[in-house]
Amino acid sequence: MEYLIDENRPIFVQIAERIEEDILAGRLAEEEQVPSTNQFAALYQINPATAAKGVNLLVDQGILYKKRGLGMFVATGSRERLMEKRRELFFEQYVVAMLREATRLGIEEEQVIEMIQKGAKVP
Amino acid sequence: MSTIVEAECLTKRFGDLTAIDSISFSLEAGKIYGLLGRNGSGKTTLLRLLTAQLFATGGTLLVFGEQPYENRRVLSQICFMKENQTYPKRWRVGDVLAMAASFFPRWDADYASVLSKDFQLPLTRKVRTLSRGTLSAVGIVVGLASRAPLTIFDEPLGLDVVARSLFYERLLDDYVEHPRTILVSTHLIDEVSRLLEQVLVLDQGRLIIDEEAEALRSRAFTVTGSASQVATFTAGRTQIGGEQFGSLVSATLLGNVDAGERRQAAALGLELTPVSLQQLMIHLTSTASHRKARESV
Repeated sequence: MEYLIDENRPIFVQIAERIEEDILAGRLAEEEQVPSTNQFAALYQINPATAAKGVNLLVDQGILYKKRGLGMFVATGSRERLMEKRRELFFEQYVVAMLREATRLGIEEEQVIEMIQKGAKVP
Repeated sequence: MSTIVEAECLTKRFGDLTAIDSISFSLEAGKIYGLLGRNGSGKTTLLRLLTAQLFATGGTLLVFGEQPYENRRVLSQICFMKENQTYPKRWRVGDVLAMAASFFPRWDADYASVLSKDFQLPLTRKVRTLSRGTLSAVGIVVGLASRAPLTIFDEPLGLDVVARSLFYERLLDDYVEHPRTILVSTHLIDEVSRLLEQVLVLDQGRLIIDEEAEALRSRAFTVTGSASQVATFTAGRTQIGGEQFGSLVSATLLGNVDAGERRQAAALGLELTPVSLQQLMIHLTSTASHRKARESV
């Protein structure tokens, strides 16, 4: 199974992103156990040390925590913290990028605002 | 973590040719290493030194803390599967497996028979009548089932793409269950890179890289755009490659891109793309023009 690991970016970062996505989407609930590094290694066909590095990245950020002898668990409040982090990125990733493209295409600011209002009505 | 191989200023000369040029490195227990490099870079010579099939011309080499030469204690812990392994004339595939069973203390016969089925080994066929691909598969089965504390796979190139993918999968699954030091020598870098923890790169007998695979993955990037904008962005950076097509110029640069630089690139209308391990190797290994780039790593 490949599960679309991108060879061009550090894999441990991608593992951390996958776990974050699972927490945001509710596939991993708070206080739920995260798969072991060996399970990640087998699933994505990657080196277990790489998987561990990805998990540890989230431990360092307090998103995951270790229960001795049991494994890694999702910390309480981590979903809200991830949402907050994503909201901060939203401006950079979407708003700034959108306005740059709008400038290139000669779309005026008012037109962009109109489009957003129109878009909000699309079910 | 314990060190199982320690090489210091290891050198091997064949007459005027210096095949291994004063290299120092160590291998730790329980890690998967990739030994990468072009043909003739010294990979096989290094492996033959590690496995006591060649005497070093200079430097020191300890394997499991001892000299490997004619040292059964050391050699029974190493499994070295060469691409062009030769066997006695009359041997059948089953004989190879039986011999391996008696030689390797940790041989797992059940696992060997599972693998033989997976790789469809013809157990009663004479080894010398096998195709290159099947011969490689025999080596893979022996290498995996040996569970040797130091297992070396040299260029599993005879295998077709399906068998190689099966090999990588089995290797990883078994490594997770039974961690040991595995050294994969290959130039199919992109195929194996995700399995590796540490990467060693040889170039003309010298060890030019000994680094974590993950660190190498973010070691370089390519920036593409109009010539003047690219020049603005690359100023003060280390460039290891470049190309031009029409009015577009691309430059491959060493280092990470931070958020500020990403914004700068976007503002200049430049496109940033990551550089794979394989591309990085191409940039860093051996042609005269790359030599300079390499020295700046």
